[in-house]
Amino acid sequence: MTSWLRKVIATAAGRQGNKLMKVSRAPSALLARRFYLGAAVSVGLVLLGQTPAEAAKTTLTLGMTVEPTGLDPTIAAPVAIGQVTWQNVFEGLVTIDETGKIQPQLAKSWEVSPDGLTYTFKLQSGVKFHDGEAFDSAAAKFALDRARGADSVNPQKRFFASITSIETPDPETLVLHLSAPTGSLLYWLGWPASVMVGPKSAAGDKTTPVGTGPFKFVNWAKGDKVELARNADYWSKDATAKLDKVTFRFIADPQAQAAALKSGDVDAIPEFAAPELMSSFDGDAKLTTKIGNTELKVVAGMNNAKKPFDDKRVRQALMMAIDRKTVIDGAWSGLGTAIGSHYTPNDPGYVDLTGALPYDPEKAKALLAEAGYPDGFTFTIKSPQMAYAPRSAQVMQAMLAEIGVTMNIEPTEFPAKWVQDVMKDRAYEMTIVAHAEPLDIDIYARDPYYFNYKNPAFNDLMKKVQETSDPVAQAKIFGDAQKILAEDVPALYLFVMPKLGVWDKKLKGLWENEPIPSNVLTNVSWED
Amino acid sequence: MITLLSRRLVGLIVTLAVVSLLIFAVMDLLPGDQASIMLGTSAAPETLASLRHELGLDQPLLWRYGEWLAGVFRGNLGQSYTYGVPVAGLILERLAVTLPLALMAIMLSVAIAIPLGALAAAHRGGLPDAVASIFSQMGIAVAGFWVALLLIMLFSTALGWMPAGGFPGWNAGFLPALKALLMPAVALAFPQAAVLTRVTRSAVLETLHEDFTRTALAKGLSKRRVLWRHSVPNALVPVLTILGLQFTFLVAGAVLVENVFNLPGLGRLAYQALSQRDIIVMQDVILLFAGLVIVMNFIVDLSYLAIDPRLRKGI
Repeated sequence: MTSWLRKVIATAAGRQGNKLMKVSRAPSALLARRFYLGAAVSVGLVLLGQTPAEAAKTTLTLGMTVEPTGLDPTIAAPVAIGQVTWQNVFEGLVTIDETGKIQPQLAKSWEVSPDGLTYTFKLQSGVKFHDGEAFDSAAAKFALDRARGADSVNPQKRFFASITSIETPDPETLVLHLSAPTGSLLYWLGWPASVMVGPKSAAGDKTTPVGTGPFKFVNWAKGDKVELARNADYWSKDATAKLDKVTFRFIADPQAQAAALKSGDVDAIPEFAAPELMSSFDGDAKLTTKIGNTELKVVAGMNNAKKPFDDKRVRQALMMAIDRKTVIDGAWSGLGTAIGSHYTPNDPGYVDLTGALPYDPEKAKALLAEAGYPDGFTFTIKSPQMAYAPRSAQVMQAMLAEIGVTMNIEPTEFPAKWVQDVMKDRAYEMTIVAHAEPLDIDIYARDPYYFNYKNPAFNDLMKKVQETSDPVAQAKIFGDAQKILAEDVPALYLFVMPKLGVWDKKLKGLWENEPIPSNVLTNVSWED
Repeated sequence: MITLLSRRLVGLIVTLAVVSLLIFAVMDLLPGDQASIMLGTSAAPETLASLRHELGLDQPLLWRYGEWLAGVFRGNLGQSYTYGVPVAGLILERLAVTLPLALMAIMLSVAIAIPLGALAAAHRGGLPDAVASIFSQMGIAVAGFWVALLLIMLFSTALGWMPAGGFPGWNAGFLPALKALLMPAVALAFPQAAVLTRVTRSAVLETLHEDFTRTALAKGLSKRRVLWRHSVPNALVPVLTILGLQFTFLVAGAVLVENVFNLPGLGRLAYQALSQRDIIVMQDVILLFAGLVIVMNFIVDLSYLAIDPRLRKGI
C-alpha cells in the first residue's frame, strides 16, 4: 500500500517536477505532499483505532429465538414475553436475582405475621410509571386484583389463590390477607406474571407496555424487533440503566443467529439455539461464549393412568434403560446436566438423584419381566418439533430397543397440537418436553395435569412446603419430594438445558445463568 | 372488455367466499386453540374460559365467521389474537417486504429466462441450449428454500458479502433493504426461471418455424433481428400465461423463503398465525393471497391484449 502510494506520488511529482523545472521549490513541494499524505494516512489509522473507545457504545442489539406474542407477561404464558419486558420494562413488588434469590424491588421491605397469614409490604416512594402515573399501594392493589379477579387471564392465577383480601392503609403500605400460609408467595411475586401494571395503562400493555422499569417501551416492529430506551426518570438513582437504547431482534434460525453474531448485526444472543454450532465461535476474536444453567428440565412424561405405565416397575425399567449422558451427548452436544428428578442443581435443597435408578439394561429387563413384559412392549412418544425433543427421542428409542421395548416417535406440533393432545385430552403414552418454569415440582401434585400421577404422600409434601416460610425447612421438604419422584419416576428425568450465551467480549453485565427466563439489562454496559 | 371484467369480478368474489369459509372451518378443526396456547401449561380451566370469552372464542363457529365477514365488507379486517393489534396494519407492514420481494423475483426470473430460453431455441442443440437445459433441470429439481440455504452458506457464512437474514426496514435506506431482499429474491426466482426458460425455449422454437419467420429471413433480415424482433414477441403469450400461474407458486414459495431468511413478510406472518392458531390473521392473509393471485391472473389476461393485437379485435 505505502510503496504503491509512493510510486503514484513520485510519478505525479515527477510530472510536476518536469513542468516546474524552473521553480526551485519543486523538491520541497514533493516533500510537503509526501508529508501531507503520510500524515493523512496515519491520522486515519489513529482514528480507526480509537473510534470505539472514544464513543463508548450505549446501544445494544440482542437476538432472541422466539418473538413474544404480546408484551404483557400478566396475561399470557410464553416466556419470550418476560424475556423482553421483565425487569426491563416491568418490575415486581419483589424481584429474583441472578442467583435465584428474592430481593426487594418496588416493595422496600415486608413483614410476615407469625401465623403466615398477613403480609405487610412497605413500598418505595416516588415511583412513577412511564406514563407519569404514580405507583402506590392503590396501584399495587389494582395489579394484584387484576391478576386474581374472576375474569383474570393471568397464566399463573393460582399464585394468588390464597389471597383473600388486600388493604391499603396508606399509599406506601400494602397488606395482603391470606386464607392459608403460602411459603412460596414471595418467590412467586417476583415472577414476570406478577409484575406491577398501571391502573390507567394496563389495558394497553399487550401492545404498548407501561411499567416502572429502567427501560421504556419505544416500538415493536412485529415479526422483527422490539425497541426500548433508557428511562431517564427511573426511581432508583443508583440502579439506572447504562444503555441508552436496546433492540431485541427475533431470529428463529440458528444458522442465521450465528451469522448475525459473526457479522456484528447483533451484539449478543443470551440463549443461542443450537448447541452443535457453539464450537463455531471458538477462537473468534470478537465473541465470547458462556455456558450457564437454566431451569429448563427436559423430561419424558408418561401417562401414569395408562397401561403399562401405570405399573411403577415398568417406569423404573424404562428409566434404567436410559443412559442420560448418551442422551445429552446425542441431543445437545454434551452440554447439559443430568437430573434424577424434576429439580435442577440451582434449586433450593437440590439432591443429586441421578444414581437412584442408574443405567442398567440387565436390571431393567428383569424388572420388565417381573412386571409381566418379558418380551417388552410397543408404545408411541409424542415428540414436539423443538430440536431437543426428536433428538432425545431418537437416542432413547435406540436404548429402549436394547431392553426389547419398541418406541415409535410421532412428531406433534407444539404448542397447539401438543397442548390439545397431551395437556388437555391426555391422549398420549409418553411425551418429551422441557419444563421452563422454575421450581415447578408441584406440578406432580396438580390435578388435572398431564402425567396423571397420583401420590398422596407427595401431595402432602407440597401442602407442607407452603405452610412454612423457613428456607431450611422448605429445602428439606423439597429434598423428600425429589426422592419420591426419583423412585416413582412418573416421568423419565433426563437433563437440564444449558444456557448457551454468545456475546461481544466487551459487553458486561449479562446474566450467565438463568434462574428464571429473562434478559435483565439493568447492569449491562460496554467496556471501554 | 366489460363482460371479461365482470366475469372476473364474480369469479373473484365466489372464490374468496369459498376459500375463506374453507380456511375458517379447517382452522377450527385443527387441534389446539388460541387461549390454551396463550396461557400455557399452568393455566386453570376457569382462566382459559375467561380468555376464550374475552377473545370471543366461546361463540359458535358460523357466528364468528359471519362477524369476520361483515367486518371485511366494512373494511375492518379484525384484531389479531396474538399481537392484539388490527390485522390491516400488520398486513400493510408485511406487504412492504413481500411485494418488493415478489416483484424482484419476477423481474429476475424474466430477465434470466427469456434471453436464455430464446438463445437456447435459436441455437438448438448448441451450447446455449445445453446451458439452458442444465439450468432448467436443476431449477425444477431443487426446491427454492434449499437454494436459499445454499446461498446463505456461500454468501453470508463463507464470504460474508450478504446479510444472513432479517430485514433492516425501508427506513434504513433503500440499498440496505434491497440488499436484504436480493438473496431471497434469487432463491425465489431460481425455480421460476427454470420453468420459464423451458416454456420460452419451446414457444420460441415454435415461432421459428412459422411462415412470418421465413418471410422475415427471406426479406433479408439478420437472424438475430428476426429472433428478437419477430420470434420472441410472438412467443410471449404462452410465456405470460405461465408467468401468471407461477405467481401462485411465488406466494407459496415466499412462505418458505421468508422463514429461511427471517424476513418479516406476509409468508412469515401466515406461518406464525398458523402455529399460533390466530384464525383472524390467517383468514385475512389467505384472503389477500387469493385476491392477489386472482388479480395477477386478470393482469395477465389484460396483457395478452397488449402484446397480441389480434386479440383486441374481438372486444
